[in-house]
Amino acid sequence: MKREEGKVRLPPEGTLILSSSPHIRTEDSTRKVMLLVILTLIPAVLASVWFFGLHALRVVIYCMAFCALFEYLWCVLAKTKSTLSNLSALVTGLILALNVSPLTPWWLCLAGAFIAIVVAKQVFGGLGQNPFNPAAVARVAMLVGATGPMTTWMDPAPGAVFGLADKVDAVASATPLAAAKAVAGNAAEIAYYNSWDFLWNAFLGNVGGSLGETSALAILIGGIALIALRVIHCYIPLAIFVTITVFVWIVNLASPGLTPGPLFHLLTGGVMIGAFFMATDMVTSPVTHLGGVVFGIGIGVIVCVIRIWGSFPEGMSFAILIMNALVPLIDKMCYKRPFGWHPSSINILQPRRGEIK
Amino acid sequence: MISSIHPKRFTGGIHPQNEGKELSANEPLRVPPLLEKYTLPIHQNIGAPPKLIVKKGDEVRKGQCIAEADGFISVPLHAPTSGKIGDAVEIPGANGAAVPAIEILSDGADEWGVCLEPYPDWKNTDRDKLKKRIQEAGIVGMGGAAFPTHAKLSPPPEKIVDTLIVNAAECEPYLTADDRLLRDSAEKVLTGAAIAAKILKISRILVGIENNKPEAIEALSAVSEKFSAEIVPLHVRYPQGGEKQLIYALTGRKVVAGGLPMDVGCVVQNVGTLAAICEAVTEGHPLIERLVTVTGTPLVRPGNFVLRLGTPVGKALEFAGGIKGPVGKLILGGPMMGFAQSSLEVAVSKNTSGILLLAPEEVRQFEAGPCLSCGRCVDACPMRLLVSTLSKVCENERYDLAEENYVMSCLECGICTYVCPAGRPNVQHFRRAKAEINARRRKK
Amino acid sequence: MESVLVAVGVVALVGLILGVLIGFAAKKFAVASDPRIEEVAELLPGANCGGCGYAGCGDLAKAIVTSGADPALCAVCSAENVAKICAVMGVEAGAKERKVAVVYCSGDRSHAKMIAQYNGLNDCRAAASLHGGGKGCRFGCIGLGSCARSCPFGAIEIRNGLAIVHPETCVGCGKCVDICPRKLIRLVPAVSKGHVYCNSLLKGPQKKKYCSIPCIACRKCVKAAPEVFNPQGFLVRAVKPELVDAELVKSAGCPTGALQTVEDHLALGQAAGKEKEGAA
Repeated sequence: MKREEGKVRLPPEGTLILSSSPHIRTEDSTRKVMLLVILTLIPAVLASVWFFGLHALRVVIYCMAFCALFEYLWCVLAKTKSTLSNLSALVTGLILALNVSPLTPWWLCLAGAFIAIVVAKQVFGGLGQNPFNPAAVARVAMLVGATGPMTTWMDPAPGAVFGLADKVDAVASATPLAAAKAVAGNAAEIAYYNSWDFLWNAFLGNVGGSLGETSALAILIGGIALIALRVIHCYIPLAIFVTITVFVWIVNLASPGLTPGPLFHLLTGGVMIGAFFMATDMVTSPVTHLGGVVFGIGIGVIVCVIRIWGSFPEGMSFAILIMNALVPLIDKMCYKRPFGWHPSSINILQPRRGEIK
Repeated sequence: MISSIHPKRFTGGIHPQNEGKELSANEPLRVPPLLEKYTLPIHQNIGAPPKLIVKKGDEVRKGQCIAEADGFISVPLHAPTSGKIGDAVEIPGANGAAVPAIEILSDGADEWGVCLEPYPDWKNTDRDKLKKRIQEAGIVGMGGAAFPTHAKLSPPPEKIVDTLIVNAAECEPYLTADDRLLRDSAEKVLTGAAIAAKILKISRILVGIENNKPEAIEALSAVSEKFSAEIVPLHVRYPQGGEKQLIYALTGRKVVAGGLPMDVGCVVQNVGTLAAICEAVTEGHPLIERLVTVTGTPLVRPGNFVLRLGTPVGKALEFAGGIKGPVGKLILGGPMMGFAQSSLEVAVSKNTSGILLLAPEEVRQFEAGPCLSCGRCVDACPMRLLVSTLSKVCENERYDLAEENYVMSCLECGICTYVCPAGRPNVQHFRRAKAEINARRRKK
Repeated sequence: MESVLVAVGVVALVGLILGVLIGFAAKKFAVASDPRIEEVAELLPGANCGGCGYAGCGDLAKAIVTSGADPALCAVCSAENVAKICAVMGVEAGAKERKVAVVYCSGDRSHAKMIAQYNGLNDCRAAASLHGGGKGCRFGCIGLGSCARSCPFGAIEIRNGLAIVHPETCVGCGKCVDICPRKLIRLVPAVSKGHVYCNSLLKGPQKKKYCSIPCIACRKCVKAAPEVFNPQGFLVRAVKPELVDAELVKSAGCPTGALQTVEDHLALGQAAGKEKEGAA
């Protein structure tokens, strides 16, 4: 072996890092996961700005800034290391913004951010410990506590912000869901909501509603990107969509005219954003694939029940929260045994509950 | 011949982005010069440590037995070269605890002493004699476990074994020692396999090898006809070389949790072990050296080396040309299951498959962030454990809950930690939990 | 009005029937228990530290009464209460000696050398199987604070990478003794005023390699007080720790500082700690 004299260098003592195996890891980090969620929500933000103009941008900035502020304040008061850098507060803020009306006043954004970050997340122990989706909790609390401002919608004015249309800033009466609910049972009126004309507008987002509820297209782009980037699995959204389709189809068969068709329910309201971005929130969804399917089916059923028979026109947040509560149970129920598990191995390696003293 | 078996795919597993095998795989095997001093750890096998039978100042020859097996689950130890016995010292072992070792001061002659009698005609040799030879030669599982091989080849009479599986998967990133061994001496490995098969009285030999080693597969298939061994190319998927995963991939049989491969009629042997068996039987040479991958980006000339047992890691790094840049970690073994080292004094032993250096920028430190329950670990766990829950209960030291969640089935393969975006040291959690639970069980 | 009366009547009747039933059950299925158990349990501190080896104070009380366990087993209990327990049990109270835990190491970050950087679980037992968390001395304190977290009384402080027991808070329950993977902590009589703060069995020069404050077995202290100190291999230990006082420590003149008074040991790293606080 040839080597230059006296040139062989060895690692100096004291500099080596000691840690348990494995010694290599993926490049992924919590921060990266959160960043990807924010990036995939950008189409939805752009769409909301296109339809609702600067009102939408204002709400997005308020919610994100307030959430970040509360996260920072909490860390300062609790004397813990700042968790701002993992971007989870910004994700919560963004999703919260997409869940409210473009006309939401700033003080309501502040209250929502407080509920989302402090009440729904930090008091439970911070990121990873919250049993309920913070944005959904905040939205429901805002809806119940400030029903007036939370149900004040505006009509979309596509491109108005770029001067492509007249500014309207009109306060609209209701979202399509509320309007359809108001005419439930009237087959002739309901038929309008099944027309391709209306559905196309709902798909593009040219209807009233909260920022992220309007454009199904924008959410779909982001959601599919999120699945393609392997941040989330497709099981939960697919289960929700299939359940809603089947459920509404059956209801329509049983009593025609009670509610519009499955496509209407998929494209309006918070189903798209809820299915892709809120139900799939890692912390509050099951870890197993089968559990994800069960979780999605549960959400789909609850949404349909609330929308068709409940007193609220929309039930996505409620459905997500109810199913969030069941996540530990679902995980336990849907977990398969370890590889090679066999009843005979119970006493060797795996005592069952109650067998350990 | 290439087998027609369609390998089954085990659940979970990962394909590490950077395999790092190209660093060392194509370098020819190198035999480093003799050292002046070897520091031989005495206890290199699972089971009872061998009993030292030499004392300071004794003259020994290469291959001479210096410690005798103490019981059935124990193997003797042999001098790696000729020379004088030096001091009895303590050196750090792989996990940092001090282990007793003995120094051997080389006389430079490197002369073989009285060797074991070779059995060139092993086909007609008594099976017990062959088995005894494997113990005499000090052979243990060289893939990492260091379990005495003769014990593994002695299934109790009630267990029916029908398949010998040759583990050539080498799924650990960076390591290429088995690949190199197969490329250079596939015949030796398969001869060893044939000897093991004869001892077990079976005829079915399956070779499981990941299909990222085309040269090794070619070398194997060139000689496999002679030994009627079937070669099964496997998908590249860590931990394909895990015993249970390999048996499942090749035969579709599942080893029950807490069970042994022989429960499902299989015996798994690593290629290095089989080559050592071949040498011990046909040439009468005990196990005194092994193939070690010395690799890593900070090294000047990474490659595969024939290192004598007792070679200090620092010397091995010198053989590989020393370092050219800063080093973050020194690892004994592979990057997924190896042990980080703090000292260059630790010595090559019978189960050292690799010495790996990682540059500081390649080392991603654990941050122990909160678990996001993203479920990636659950998807990737080859043992199908509910890792996210397990990690949380172990963090809270709830070992009773950990036991209920099957922590004892954990392989410590490192996948859950590899994929974790929160950077949680899951494997360390589970190691601690397992140690704690075992301690409690012993106490009972 | 009538319905109210009916309701009151029904509730009263139900109460009466249940009361009779419970009274009957209490008499019929009564489990004979020794009243002294409760008495003893009340005298015990109720911290449930487990230092006595029983599951908690209630368990110890039961053991004292039924199987004659020694009341002095409870390290936390004041001598007065032990005497009361003995009075309840009608046994002679032995003289109880207060013990405190001592961490036999002075190797904080400014004295002991690290040979690697540890990155992993904040737990001594986990680090012990990983090259001892990178500390050069494999006998010394790992300093990740498993003992401090196990102490039910908060008597252990981790300062500058070294566990330090505050003797005035320590009650000598011995929980930390079991938890320490290095077996560094021992219970000694509280009257002892100085210790040889070293646990390494290596030879002097080897200790010096990684630590600037080890016991190098020079035997100066043994010469000063042969009846107190006894070298065991390359480490001197006090065989009669109760005889060690500040005077003796001073006269022994330990060249490395391994033998120091409890006060000096408590002050270890104090300055460094203050600097850090000031900086923060």
